[in-house]
Amino acid sequence: MIDLIHDYWLYFLVGRYPDGPLGGLALTVLLASLALVLSLPLGLLLGLARISPWCALRWPVACLIQLVRGVPLLLVIFWAYFFLPSLTGHESGQFGTMLAALVAFDAIYLAEIVRAGVQAVPKGQFEAARSLGLGYVSTMRAIILPQALRHMLPSLVNQFVSTIKETSLGYIIGLSEVSFIASQINGLVLTKPVQVYFLLGLTYFILCFSLSRAAFWLERRQARILKAAA
Amino acid sequence: MITFEKVSKYYGSHHALDSISGQVAKGEVLVVCGPSGSGKSTLIRTINRLESIASGRITVAGQDIHAPGLEVNAFRSQIGFVFQQFNLFPHLSVLDNCALAPQRLRGLSRQDAEQRGLDLLDRVGLAHKAKAMPAALSGGQQQRVAIARALAMRPPLMLFDEPTSALDPEMVGEVLQVMRDLAQDGMTMVCVTHEMGFAREVADRVWFMDHGKVLERATPGEFFSRPQHPRARQFLADIRSPWAAAG
Repeated sequence: MIDLIHDYWLYFLVGRYPDGPLGGLALTVLLASLALVLSLPLGLLLGLARISPWCALRWPVACLIQLVRGVPLLLVIFWAYFFLPSLTGHESGQFGTMLAALVAFDAIYLAEIVRAGVQAVPKGQFEAARSLGLGYVSTMRAIILPQALRHMLPSLVNQFVSTIKETSLGYIIGLSEVSFIASQINGLVLTKPVQVYFLLGLTYFILCFSLSRAAFWLERRQARILKAAA
Repeated sequence: MITFEKVSKYYGSHHALDSISGQVAKGEVLVVCGPSGSGKSTLIRTINRLESIASGRITVAGQDIHAPGLEVNAFRSQIGFVFQQFNLFPHLSVLDNCALAPQRLRGLSRQDAEQRGLDLLDRVGLAHKAKAMPAALSGGQQQRVAIARALAMRPPLMLFDEPTSALDPEMVGEVLQVMRDLAQDGMTMVCVTHEMGFAREVADRVWFMDHGKVLERATPGEFFSRPQHPRARQFLADIRSPWAAAG
């Protein structure tokens, strides 16, 4: 196993970079981070639209959520890869395709998390804000969302961990993320599939586990702040 | 200050408010009481449009509050509302709870809004808790902060929806004290409450409600010593000796 790490660690970490395109773990982390950063605001908007008092906003978003939720991510990726270029007329790279698919898919799931989070805030909070004279937008921004986000944190982490693992589906369209690279290494070495895929599994675990721990720390800190006596 | 004209409201087939008419004068303290489900909370919530009405008219300071084109947020900011469950914003400090709305809606600078908040917290005896978070306060303290928060908008009218019903008995007094001080300062108040001691001492008038109707309107003296309506007599008997009611 030490030999394996010794020989291939750089390839595993960055793929063929700098001679070729960036790949490996670096690409996985980049893809996952970008997907998180982009899907969160989109999911927030979709979620707020889903519960908005205006049905012209609510209905289309509800339909979209039902639709996307009803198909596997793999299919969304295929669509994005094969269907989008024929529609737009120009080839989108594997990275762009994967990112678009992840952002669209995750935003839909995040929208439902946002809805659950907002609806978990007691109705009295909304009434108290409105009876002070705050408008809908101010109420959402200053009163409801800060509380909702706290309710949402565990589910958000769940979704984010899921996103990290979903990047491995890039394998299917030949994106050289870490799973793809690992299978390349396995092909080169041939004799050590157990070790290669064990190391791959460990890598995903470390990524996801550290995110969970960071979120847990954040949750605890928030809880302490809320109880501060002075 | 407030006028009700034949106000009705339904929840499905349930007649929550049944053609209620009446007036509250400026500077007056009205206590609304009645058994649970009588419509008293619904009534007080219609005054700042937390509840819609099916028919009738409510005017506050001469303004028909269901008139089309009414700026409902500006209108609501002129009415303080105190809830049974306090509803402080748990993610904001006590002072921020009080300073948020004046800052956002009255265009006060942060400094001015905080100064106003501190003055009001001082008035309800909680200036020393300004930096605390609501979860660190007792129920009675939270309700006093909620009153200060409502007062921070300098409303000419305050509505109290069972402000002491969620409190442990030993904390009721501190909240009623604040309300009494407000009344003495000439605030127009409508209070839904079961605190008959408060009603007797502070109220100018008492409305007794049941089944969505105001069955009796009287001064506290008349209401407590000579209730006219049989339902009101029963209600007063029940709250005076709960054991008898249970049996």
